[in-house]
Amino acid sequence: MNTSILNRFTARQPAVLSQLTCALGLALAATAVQVHAANVYVSNEKDNKIVVFDAQGKQTSTIDVCKRPRHLMFNADKSRIYVCCGDSNELGVVDRAAGKLLETVPLGDSPEIFDLSPDGKLAYVSIEDESVLAAYDLATKKEVFRVKTGGEPEGVLVSRDGKTAYVTSEEANVVHVIDLVAKKVSKNIKVGKRPRRFALTPDGSELWISNELSADVSIVDTNTHAVKATVKFDIKGMRKADITPVGVLLTKDGKTAWVTLGKANHVAEVDVASRQVRRTVLAGKRAWGLALSPDETTLYVTNGLSDDMTLVDTREGKAIRTVAAGRVPHTPLVAQ
Amino acid sequence: MTLRPVLCGLGAVLCLSHWPVGAQGVKAQPPVAAAKGVKTVRVALVSLQSDDRYGNRRLERAYPGHPGGRLLPAAEMAVADTEVALAEDKLALQILDVRLGGVDDLASTLQRLRGEGVVHWLLDLPVAAQVAAAQAAGPSALMFNVSASHDSLRGQQCAAHLFHTVPSQAMLADALGQFLAARSWRQALVLQGPGEANALLGDAWGRAAKRYGIQSQLKPYKLSGDPRERDLSNPRLLTSERQHDVVAVWDADGEFARTVPYATQLPRPVVGSNGLVPLAWHPQWERHGGPQVTRRFRKAAERPMTGQDWATWMAVRSVAAVVQAQPQASVVEQARLLRSGQVSVDGAKGPALSFRAWDGQLRQPVFLAHADGVVATAPMDGVLHPTEVLDTLGHDLAESTCRQKP
Repeated sequence: MNTSILNRFTARQPAVLSQLTCALGLALAATAVQVHAANVYVSNEKDNKIVVFDAQGKQTSTIDVCKRPRHLMFNADKSRIYVCCGDSNELGVVDRAAGKLLETVPLGDSPEIFDLSPDGKLAYVSIEDESVLAAYDLATKKEVFRVKTGGEPEGVLVSRDGKTAYVTSEEANVVHVIDLVAKKVSKNIKVGKRPRRFALTPDGSELWISNELSADVSIVDTNTHAVKATVKFDIKGMRKADITPVGVLLTKDGKTAWVTLGKANHVAEVDVASRQVRRTVLAGKRAWGLALSPDETTLYVTNGLSDDMTLVDTREGKAIRTVAAGRVPHTPLVAQ
Repeated sequence: MTLRPVLCGLGAVLCLSHWPVGAQGVKAQPPVAAAKGVKTVRVALVSLQSDDRYGNRRLERAYPGHPGGRLLPAAEMAVADTEVALAEDKLALQILDVRLGGVDDLASTLQRLRGEGVVHWLLDLPVAAQVAAAQAAGPSALMFNVSASHDSLRGQQCAAHLFHTVPSQAMLADALGQFLAARSWRQALVLQGPGEANALLGDAWGRAAKRYGIQSQLKPYKLSGDPRERDLSNPRLLTSERQHDVVAVWDADGEFARTVPYATQLPRPVVGSNGLVPLAWHPQWERHGGPQVTRRFRKAAERPMTGQDWATWMAVRSVAAVVQAQPQASVVEQARLLRSGQVSVDGAKGPALSFRAWDGQLRQPVFLAHADGVVATAPMDGVLHPTEVLDTLGHDLAESTCRQKP
């Protein structure tokens, strides 16, 4: 365990020191697995809270936030958490150290997923009920501009240079390529059915898109904006209609993708180079959200219908444990 | 005859609610200059100008399972929803609101529509008129039944080019049968009204009850002004039988069924036409994007979304899906494509939905709901089928009596 990290961490969060060290001790005593003083934050759609866990999945506290919290992101130095609230139409700003909601930024009707500009000044939010991608200035709390999308926009991902945003439209079955300078859609990429969320390879060359109703992931070349490959999911004994991919992420080395399969109650590990599914791991009911621990040995999967979170050992490809995570857990967010 | 095309196509900023028509009927040239190279597919929503279901007082009653209003807003919503995806392929949809002065106008109106090249029709018509429309049209139009649940339309009276987005009575009854079987509520006291419409509901229930092992004991009810028949409309007297788990009331009208919940002799749940009702849509459905759909509809129509609205929305979405899949296809080819099951449409009920090859019925989950919310969705967990679990609702391939194929 890196003590300097622990020191930095505890300096900011004296209140959780005892819980952290407790978890640390437990983990050290229990297994030879490397220990991380990571915190896992999980948004709860129906409890209007963020539930805080330690790295092993022990609940340590909860933070009251705005109504129907869904997508979560850190700011650059990870001192704050942004939380998108779908019912109260706000972006909540949570102070991690204090464990409190500091302020909110008003958003359009039914926001779901967002991403931040590279300088952290703007939040780009998909506004489901208005079918737009809207940009908000986090300092002035004002909407800066909006771009019309297809019906039910969901996933949002901003390119590293901050010039392009990708947005899925669940209704139109396309990924909009939005030019953030010109503030308009520059291209629509037809992907699978009901596209949901994104992951970008570390080199930025490939965009992965989960397609909920076609049981696959589309891989888009970010230079040509064309679909270059499709990864299909197949689980023995399950019908295609029961496999509904939603969450997707890529490891830091860009060699592995993890995809939650929704109704199939599994997560899939995909080999990026060969586009083959390496293995699938059983999680809880309607596995949607997912996040990796900082060392990528643990995958946290939120299960919306069984109200819990499954911890998966990524080396063994096995679920270690499943812990209660409030009512309708949406997104897990992990940091040291 | 009144024709009111409503135009919300690509590039149209205004939706015109009125379109002047000459004595000869349809003026169908596109009223808004369409974007270059865009092919506009016009879809006619055909209904009766005078329809008892849409009477003011009738709509106020808002009986479960009945329409909540005219279906135009639902059709327009589907046009808006599919606009972006269709524009990618240089396609656009446009809805024509066609109101018939009477059933007698049907043949001439359909002929005019065909003459103008409008060959996609949404039928919000009585069963007999739907059969007549399908016969008159033959393979020259692609039709969607958006409001009639009658099993006969999917069976003996089916047509090769008539599709059904609204669930059949058999599907609705099966959904309820599955729910009762899953709860082990095996004995039903059935209250059935007089007349053919109620008999059809009773038949559908009888089939489902047999399939799912629900014992039914039949009691006829009757709303009557005759003092000698007063007992026949008294829920307490009608439900004084000792052995039953639920009271199933079948009432095509809705008035009697509304009086049954909490009025039974024994404390028993009421199911069927009131109480727990099998429905195609419910405004409180909160999964799979349901709230977004309901909210969009409420904004446009200023009323809650019903099953008929959902079916209309799905019919237009099906047109969008099929023209997008094969833009050059004739309506016969489009009908074949829909029947092939290769084209699927998202209905915000979970799975992607497709049409049955044997009768053109849209496969779909059915909600078991009360006025306030959705209790369960059928197919229930644990119900199995060799190939497609949605086909446990309604007439499966082996039972279908439909012999018409496009």
